[in-house]
Amino acid sequence: MISIKDVEHVALLARLSLTEDEKQVYGKQLSDILENVRKLQDLNTEGVPPTAHVLDLQNVFREDRLGEHMPVDQVLANAPDRQDNFFKVPKIM
Amino acid sequence: MQLHHLTAHQLHDMLVSKQISAEELTRAVFERIEQVEDKIRAYITLTKEQALELARQVDRARLAGEVLPTLAGIPLAVKDNMCTKGVRTTCASKILYNYTPPYDATVIEHLNQARTVMVGKTNMDEFAMGSSCENSAFFTTCNPWDNARVPGGSSGGSAAAVAAGETILALGSDTGGSIRQPASFCGVVGMKPTYGAVSRYGLVAYASSLDQIGPLARDVTDCAMMLNVICGHDPLDSTSAPYAVPDYTAFLTGDIKGVKIGVPREYLGEGIDPAVREVIQKAIETYTGLGAVVEETTLPHTEYALPAYYIIAPAEASSNLARYDGVRYGYRAAEAEDMVDMFMQTRSEGFGSEVKRRIMLGTYALSAGYYDAYYNQALKVRTLIKADFDRAFKQFDLLLGPTAPVTAFKRGEKVDDPLQMYMVDICTLAINLAGIPAISIPAGMVDKLPVGLQLIGRPFGEGDILRAAYAFEQHTDHHRMLPE
Repeated sequence: MISIKDVEHVALLARLSLTEDEKQVYGKQLSDILENVRKLQDLNTEGVPPTAHVLDLQNVFREDRLGEHMPVDQVLANAPDRQDNFFKVPKIM
Repeated sequence: MQLHHLTAHQLHDMLVSKQISAEELTRAVFERIEQVEDKIRAYITLTKEQALELARQVDRARLAGEVLPTLAGIPLAVKDNMCTKGVRTTCASKILYNYTPPYDATVIEHLNQARTVMVGKTNMDEFAMGSSCENSAFFTTCNPWDNARVPGGSSGGSAAAVAAGETILALGSDTGGSIRQPASFCGVVGMKPTYGAVSRYGLVAYASSLDQIGPLARDVTDCAMMLNVICGHDPLDSTSAPYAVPDYTAFLTGDIKGVKIGVPREYLGEGIDPAVREVIQKAIETYTGLGAVVEETTLPHTEYALPAYYIIAPAEASSNLARYDGVRYGYRAAEAEDMVDMFMQTRSEGFGSEVKRRIMLGTYALSAGYYDAYYNQALKVRTLIKADFDRAFKQFDLLLGPTAPVTAFKRGEKVDDPLQMYMVDICTLAINLAGIPAISIPAGMVDKLPVGLQLIGRPFGEGDILRAAYAFEQHTDHHRMLPE
């Protein structure tokens, strides 16, 4: 069972601010889902390697050469706020 | 039959023999859109002027005697999670409501080179998280067979557009069934290729080890023609597989004598609607009649696919969706005191409830103290699920079952119960975890609603799947059924 405190902790990690109602609803729904997921623990997986990825690809590198890049104005075209050639954000400290 | 209900290969012949022009075809599709879009609501964005201009260019090139690619002039709908240069790409999310990509996804580049004509961007569940299109931040799409029902999801807009004649071809993406399940619900063909067969560059990421782009079409031939265009290695996607792409239409022979097809008993067991099961049993009889050898088999870890998926996919999503912070693109909350407050407000206002739910779930599964119990255990179970398929494919060329346990359900029926909604994908999730290819093709009707047959193949065995799908299509009429 996930407590409201757990919900608040996870929300902070995920940078989400939740209303009191949302905390209640997510607490219940996440508990239900995790209850269902607990089934995974029934399986004995000793000695079974984890699969993070299905392809046998490793360390896909490209040559370290300068390529074409996007003009700055195009990069900044979607910015919610900009100043000169920078993304502008609220004060950090 | 009206142009908007024909297949790409039929239209290709008509274009080449100059019975019609690409502009006429594009206009016919937009007339159809104007006629039915009020009811279906498949599109988030329509690109009519751009489409007509592209069509005219195709016509001019053909008149000038140029030999054009097979899909030249064919209308195409694109799920709104693939980047299209200069055309808004929203992922059906408020957080990307105003995002206009400065570049094309690799699949879009391929389809542009093939000179298809994009008519618009289709509705979906927000960030491809959902099974009904009800998680779109903008509006819900209706199933063309019954407007009170969902088209499936998450590529519901693309499937509905193909079924309703609002496009000829469409692109979808499939992380746990998001191409195949809406194809099943809408009575069209939909294929998830092998992981790594199609570049994900420019596809907005949901769960990167599972996401794969694929075609939605009216028949298997169109599906094969589209695969020919979109498959292939891409240096811009480090998970793209280096392999030689065959001509997939060469597999459409109609001959499947001696092909060994396994039917996993788990796919016809508990939780499958008996009427759906009956349609699949009939399909098995059809295959036996065509000379295939059909036998029962087992994928013993099937019941663990859903729990493994709902740890792995949300875990990857929680990481992938960290980029939506209101800094570089998309929505930004207006009044924020400082940077962290801006992140929190932007994300809370910008994401819908299912997206937040999965971010929370994934963050929890990856957080200190739970990583081994949940995430790492899920990855180990993924190994077991993949091993089930490896074992089955030693004995069989293909596996067969339903695409979804039910037909299209009513809007609103499952929105309040996430687990019930997740269950709709029980027949498709394991295929993404194993990274293998699968198709859904129309196999019959239950109460005037389409039922999809799923054929599953070995890694990079798309050709074998298409061969069997085509043989079925040649001997049945299900793919010719049209909604009223």
